[in-house]
Amino acid sequence: MDAENGDNRKVVISVRNLKKYFELHIGMFKFWGEPIYVKAVDGISFNLHEGEIIGMVGESGCGKTTTGRLLTRLENPTSGQVIFEGKNIAELKGKDLKFYRRNVQMIFQDPYESLNPRFTVQKTVMEPLLVHGIGDTYDDRVELVIKALEDAGLRPAEEYLSRFPHELSGGQRQRVAIARALVLRPKFIVADEPVSMLDVSIRAGVMNLMLDLRDKYNIPYIFITHDIAVARYMSDRIAVMYLGKIVEIGETDEVIFNHAHPYTKALISAVPVPDPEHKHGRVEIKGEIPSPINLPKGCRFWPRCPYAKKGICDVKEPPLKEVAPGHFVACHFAEKFYEEDITEETVEV
Amino acid sequence: MKKLLEVKNLSVHYKIQAGWVYAVDGVNLEVNHGETLGLVGESGCGKTTTGYGVTQLLPSNAYIKEESKIIFEGKDLVKLGTHPSKKYEGYRKIEEYNPEMRKYRWAKISMIFQGAMNAFNPVYKVGDQIIEAILAHENMTKQEALKRVEELYRLVGIPKDRINNYPHEYSGGMKQRAMIAMALALNPDLIIADEPTTALDVVTQDRILGEMVRLQKREKIAMILITHDVSVVAEMAHKIAVMYAGNLVEKGTAKEVFKETAHPYTEALLNAFPSIKGEKKRLKAIPGSPPDLANPPKGCRFAPRCPYAKDICLEQEPPVVEISPGHYSKCHFAEELYGELGGE
Repeated sequence: MDAENGDNRKVVISVRNLKKYFELHIGMFKFWGEPIYVKAVDGISFNLHEGEIIGMVGESGCGKTTTGRLLTRLENPTSGQVIFEGKNIAELKGKDLKFYRRNVQMIFQDPYESLNPRFTVQKTVMEPLLVHGIGDTYDDRVELVIKALEDAGLRPAEEYLSRFPHELSGGQRQRVAIARALVLRPKFIVADEPVSMLDVSIRAGVMNLMLDLRDKYNIPYIFITHDIAVARYMSDRIAVMYLGKIVEIGETDEVIFNHAHPYTKALISAVPVPDPEHKHGRVEIKGEIPSPINLPKGCRFWPRCPYAKKGICDVKEPPLKEVAPGHFVACHFAEKFYEEDITEETVEV
Repeated sequence: MKKLLEVKNLSVHYKIQAGWVYAVDGVNLEVNHGETLGLVGESGCGKTTTGYGVTQLLPSNAYIKEESKIIFEGKDLVKLGTHPSKKYEGYRKIEEYNPEMRKYRWAKISMIFQGAMNAFNPVYKVGDQIIEAILAHENMTKQEALKRVEELYRLVGIPKDRINNYPHEYSGGMKQRAMIAMALALNPDLIIADEPTTALDVVTQDRILGEMVRLQKREKIAMILITHDVSVVAEMAHKIAVMYAGNLVEKGTAKEVFKETAHPYTEALLNAFPSIKGEKKRLKAIPGSPPDLANPPKGCRFAPRCPYAKDICLEQEPPVVEISPGHYSKCHFAEELYGELGGE
C-alpha cells in the first residue's frame, strides 16, 4: 500500500489483504445452513519497514491481537498473504516455519503468565537458543543470555540468572520477556500490550527500553495497545482498527492531530489528558462495538457514526483512500473531513 | 463548603506472620459535600486500603491505629466500628457485623468496586442484587424497590428490560453502569469509587466518567476516586491526594498538584505519563521500585528513588508542610523545590 510512496526503507514484512474468520458452531447450525463466522480480521494490508514501529490501536474486539497472532503464525490466516523475505508465511511448513519463528518474536501482555514459574531466568532465556540450535557450547549460550539480559536493562545479569519469576518485580519480569525475545536477534517483534499490566513508574522504563533497543538493533515492532497515549509515544505510524479493518493509518502525529475518520476522532477525543485545564471535547458515538458476527452492511462504523449519511454509508463499504502522502482513511467523506479539520470542533461537557 | 468526611491521622496496618505491613500511615484527608477527591498512586501504595478503611471493609488481619479518626457527619466511625485490640497494644480491631456501621455502609457511604466485571454475583439477576441492597436498608416492599431500580436504570442509561438479566448477559460497560446504579440506590452522601473504569475501553471509560460527573452534580454526592491513572483524576477531581508507600505525599487542588507541584514523587509520576496533547517528550522512568511496606525505609519513603534526596531524607521522616493554603507536601525540601518542579 505504501511501498510506492517513495519510502525507500527496506520492507520487512508485507501484509496483503489478510483475513481471519473463526467458524462458530452454535447449536444446530453446526449441521445445516451457512456456517457462521466471526470476522476477526477482515482484509488488512500494510507494510512494516526496517526500524519502524507501527502502533495498532482500537477497542477490545477490534482484531488487533488476532492480527499479531497471524503475523507470528500462532493462527493460520483464512486468506491473504503475509510476505516475509519473499515468501508467504501462511504456506510455510516444517523447517521453513521454524526458521520463520526464529525471526519473529512476541512479547505478551502479562509477564506474570508468560514466564514459566519453574524456569530460572537463565533457562527461560536460553530455551529459544536450544530450540533453534544456536551457540556451540553451553558457555557460548550463557554468554548470549547474559548479553540479552544486559540489553534488556537487567544489570548485572549474573545476579538474575538463577532467579525464578516469583523473585522478580513486574517490570523485571517484562524485561526478562524482552530478553527472551531479543536473544534470537529476530527480524521483527510483535508486542501485544506489553506495558498495560505494569505500574506507571515502571511502564515508562520499559517503553524507553523498547525504543532504545529499536534504535540499537533497528528491529521493527508491531506494537499492539488500547492506550492511544502509549501508542503515540511508541510508534512511528499508527493503524486504527475497527471490527477487523484498518480504518485509518498514517504517521503518528498525523493520525493524532489531523485524523479524518470519525471513529479515530471519537477514540482520540475520549482519551483523558493529564492536565486539569484541558477542556474535554467529546464526540458522542452511539452504542457499543457491535458483535463481529453480524456486521453491519456498508461501512462497519455507520450505525455509531454521528456523520453517517443514509444511502451511502449503509450501502457501500468505503475503501482506504489516501488523503495525504502516507495517510490512508477508510471513509466515504475522508477528503471532506480531512479538509474541514474535524478535530477542531469540540463540544463542552 | 461543609466538611462531609474528615480522615485524621489514619493508619491501617496488616498483621502478617513476619510482623506488620504498614499499608497506610498517618493519612489526613477531607472531603466536602459534592466534591470529588482523587486518590492517586501506584499499586501497593495504600490507596485502596485508605478508601476501604473509611467504611472499615478490610480483611480480618487489618488493624487501625489508636489515634486514627474517621469523622463522617460529625461521628467518629473508628470509635463506632472498632474496639481496642486485646492482642496488640495501640491498635483497634474492626468488629465484624457491627450494626452501627451497617447503617453507614451503602446507605450513606457506598462503593463502586474495582473490576465491576466480578463485583456482581453471577448466579443472581442484576436487578435482584440491587433490590437486595435496597431492602437491606430501607423499609419498603419489593415492588417499591423494583420501581427504584427502574428509576436508577433510567438514570445510568440502561434499558429497563435488562433488569432481569444475569451479569454475564451485560457488556463490560453495562456492568459498570449497573454498579453505579447500585451505588446510587440509597442516595448516599459519599461514593468511594475504586478504579471504576480501569478494565474498560477508552470510549466506554469516557462515557462512564462523563455519566459519573453528571450524576454527581445532579445528586450532589461527594466522591473519592481511587485510581492509578493520572489523566483520569486530572479530568475528574477537584482535589487530588497523591499517595506513595502508605504515606500521603501531596495534597491540593487539581491545579495545584499538576501545575504547582511540590513533591518530587508527584513530579516523577507526571513525567512518567505519556500524553496525546502537546509535543512528544521522552518519558522519565522512576528508578528502582516501591519499597516493601513490611519493612519501609527509615526517613522519607521515597528517598531511595528521589533525584533530590539529601542525607537528611534518609534519616528523618519529613514533616507535612503547608506550601500554600490547602496545598500540602510531605517533603523536607518542599519549600525549596516549590516552583522548581513541574510535570513538563
